[in-house]
Amino acid sequence: MITAILILIPLIGSAAVMFTGRGKGLKRNAIIVSLIAFAVSILALALFHNTGEPEFSFSVPWISGSGINFHVAMDGISLLLVLLTTFLFPIIIIAYPKPVSGRVNIFYGLVLILEASLIGVFTACDGIVFYIFWEMALIPAYFIIALWGGNNRIRITFKFFIYTITGSLLMLGAIIWLYLHTPNPHSAEFSALYKVATTRNAQLWIFSALFLAFAIKIPIIPFHTWQPDTYTSAPPAGSMILAGIMLKMGIYGIIRLLIPLCRDTFGLLQYPVMILIVAGIVYASVIAVTQSDLKRFAAWVSVAHAGLITAGAFSLDQSALQGAVLQMISHGINIVGLFIIIDIIETAYKSREANELGGIASVNPKLGIFFMMIMLATVAIPLTNGFPGEFLLLLGIFKYSVWLSAVAGTTIIFSAVYMFKIYQKVMLGPVPEKVKFSENKLSGFEMTALVSLAVMVFFIGCFPKPFLDLAGPAVKNILDFITVTTN
Amino acid sequence: MGALISVTVLGMIIMFLGIMEKKKLILPFIMLGLLVSLIIDLTEWNRNISYFSDMMVVDNFAVAFNGVLIFTSGLVFMFSGNYYRRVEKPLEEIYSVMLFSLAGALIMTSFSNLVMLFLGIEILSISMYILSGSKKFDLASNEAAMKYFLTGSFATGFLLFGIALIYGSTGSFNLNQIAAYTTQNLHSLPPYFNIGLILIMIGLSFKLAVAPFHFWAPDVYQGSPTLITAFMATVVKIAGIAAFYRLFDICFSNVSGMWVKTLIIFSVATIFAGNLAGLFQTNMKRMLAYSSIAHAGYMIMGIVAINKSSAGALLLYSASYSLVTIAAFGIIILVREFRLNDDIDTFNGLARTNPYMAFGLTFSLLSLTGIPPLAGFAAKYYIFATAMDRGYLWLVILALIGSAISAVYYFRPIIAMYLKESNHPAIPVSNTYRAQLVSITILTLLLGLVPSLLLLI
Repeated sequence: MITAILILIPLIGSAAVMFTGRGKGLKRNAIIVSLIAFAVSILALALFHNTGEPEFSFSVPWISGSGINFHVAMDGISLLLVLLTTFLFPIIIIAYPKPVSGRVNIFYGLVLILEASLIGVFTACDGIVFYIFWEMALIPAYFIIALWGGNNRIRITFKFFIYTITGSLLMLGAIIWLYLHTPNPHSAEFSALYKVATTRNAQLWIFSALFLAFAIKIPIIPFHTWQPDTYTSAPPAGSMILAGIMLKMGIYGIIRLLIPLCRDTFGLLQYPVMILIVAGIVYASVIAVTQSDLKRFAAWVSVAHAGLITAGAFSLDQSALQGAVLQMISHGINIVGLFIIIDIIETAYKSREANELGGIASVNPKLGIFFMMIMLATVAIPLTNGFPGEFLLLLGIFKYSVWLSAVAGTTIIFSAVYMFKIYQKVMLGPVPEKVKFSENKLSGFEMTALVSLAVMVFFIGCFPKPFLDLAGPAVKNILDFITVTTN
Repeated sequence: MGALISVTVLGMIIMFLGIMEKKKLILPFIMLGLLVSLIIDLTEWNRNISYFSDMMVVDNFAVAFNGVLIFTSGLVFMFSGNYYRRVEKPLEEIYSVMLFSLAGALIMTSFSNLVMLFLGIEILSISMYILSGSKKFDLASNEAAMKYFLTGSFATGFLLFGIALIYGSTGSFNLNQIAAYTTQNLHSLPPYFNIGLILIMIGLSFKLAVAPFHFWAPDVYQGSPTLITAFMATVVKIAGIAAFYRLFDICFSNVSGMWVKTLIIFSVATIFAGNLAGLFQTNMKRMLAYSSIAHAGYMIMGIVAINKSSAGALLLYSASYSLVTIAAFGIIILVREFRLNDDIDTFNGLARTNPYMAFGLTFSLLSLTGIPPLAGFAAKYYIFATAMDRGYLWLVILALIGSAISAVYYFRPIIAMYLKESNHPAIPVSNTYRAQLVSITILTLLLGLVPSLLLLI
């Protein structure tokens, strides 16, 4: 029941925000709605038993006689991602100033619909429901970027939309196929889909369809061409949601669907796919080093880190999968922090070109400190949240193949290179005129958001165990299922 | 049957109302009459009555499709008041011809005899030839009527020839007797039975604008008066697909080996012809014409995978498709009236000036694309699932690719409305019109969330 409530809160809130017109307290109302959702998810955490099975199950038959149920529930992985979603949304809404143009009520309405669909994706236990939420997330994201985005947004959002819808339609095909191969009466429940005894050949097709859908969403190179443009031209809130949470839909899909469904083909495909991903990580890191537009830089950083998470998940190692879940959380926190800082810089100094900026740490030391924290977390320094996850991921890849982990490990060096380089350029050095004479203070909203992110950075960094434990039984469940059923 | 009689009588009464110059009464009377017909229609649910020594059988299939047809016509008439509000000339003839063509459509859903099929199609088509040329002094409208008439009568020839050959080989016009004959002589069917079957299929495909017989559709759709285009894209299409299904389900399902492969090719060709050509359109009506071609291709998938559940899937598809298509045309009518054009560019900046209309059109286009949770998704899902269930995996994959392509052109108007600027003034919209749009939108959402409403035949 609590799962359904979690989806309903933002939906109802969005309707309320949209229809209350353009009055003042819109942002406040949106914050309140998202905070209520956060509180409920904390309540869920408190009541959670963590048996590895889905809990808080809510299921009503949706289409009579077809075996399609509106079934949502949470296991450890889902709960962690739901917590991430409900934690980040208030922060994003708080940190991002009210849009100056357009209909503000529609903006907050769309953001909240997006939150509901994301929670839906992470908690769905039925293939069709999963697909519906997956697509439902696309529409508000499209409109948020298209209506409040920057330059070239028409072309870019169009590309984003076409890319992602192509992937998801293929996924729909795979889900329908599996649904029809469940024993009569058909059922679209995940548990039933898992049990479909597919041939190796069929799994190859399912793998291709699902992997394409998820790889576009994450994105994995070479399916990434929509991403840097979209992140760059999206409004800051849009980039934060895309990078912080929507990206995790893809990785979550891999863990939840791809791994259990295509268990027999993994032996064949694991290696080539991991090579592809690891090569992509290195490529993205190299490009990140050369970027000077801060948003574009953050976009490539995100590609590199998301790639590492995916590679770790593909190694099918218990601790690496736990690390992947943990790293999804950390990456969400860090990338949102990075985007918030970039947004603050851009609004204050009217530029996000690293070469035009400098010395911000000396005029705005608080911002400098926050940037430093986020930077250290992204580089995965011990005691920050980036470290445990990245360590476990690399360990998992190492167990699978030493060479791959050696190559993947270079990304840590790369990330130090690009992060420190950008930090140096933006925060240190001589202070240009336009930085000196700008507003150099953080607003209360910005402080709240950054402080809560920073707290989480160090909390997860020092105490990763509760998070790993939360993901543990669910991950073990999936892996056990694979070992039992693999032919 | 009651519905058929009441719709026909309604058409005649409307003519008399016109003669008596009671113009104000016509539209309310039509709406009332359609409502009564709908109720009469629904009372025949589960009764399975056959009329005129098995010339027509009103079974649940017929009742369900008749309901959708009457409802859809009602929606078209709902927008007609707005469309014709500046027209001075008498309208009763247009309205009654529309009702007569609806009567033809009702025959097409309930025939049990090939002669009735032919009669239904002809009543429908001849009315449509007249209607597409009903803007007498407009060159495009005349061209449309001429093209429609020439190609349409050609197709009728095919259909009739096919019916004659089937009669020649089986000795009957009655669907059940033909089916019985084919079961008995499954291996000794004369070759001209096969030819007749193919000719009937071609004739019906022509009427439905299924590729490779779709070339008339874009010109006719664009040239006809917009209200008539809406009628053509919905009522005619639903009636055509219902007739197609009924004929092939009752009559030819034994001999599916003869036609399934051809129909699969038709279906794929239609989906791609419609969607690929849709990519290059700059005119809204023409784009929707290609979109309706593509949707005919999806509906043909339901016939390829003919079985019990595909009738329900087709019903859901027709209902959801016509609902949003009419909403789209209703918006085009108003935009064209005030901005004098129906190119996609004309829709620039509509979201700023008329948020309700822009929202309604966006909803329709998203539903046509098949985005959940709208009706279009549920409809596509059921058609695809039925086809896949029958083992046509590749057909479904191609159809999915087709859907992805269609997203490209369905998004052009959305982009124009929300992201492009223009200095057109706002279009004045009456409250009734707004209410109509909102109710269609709610229905679209409802049908998407609770598709089981229409899956029960």
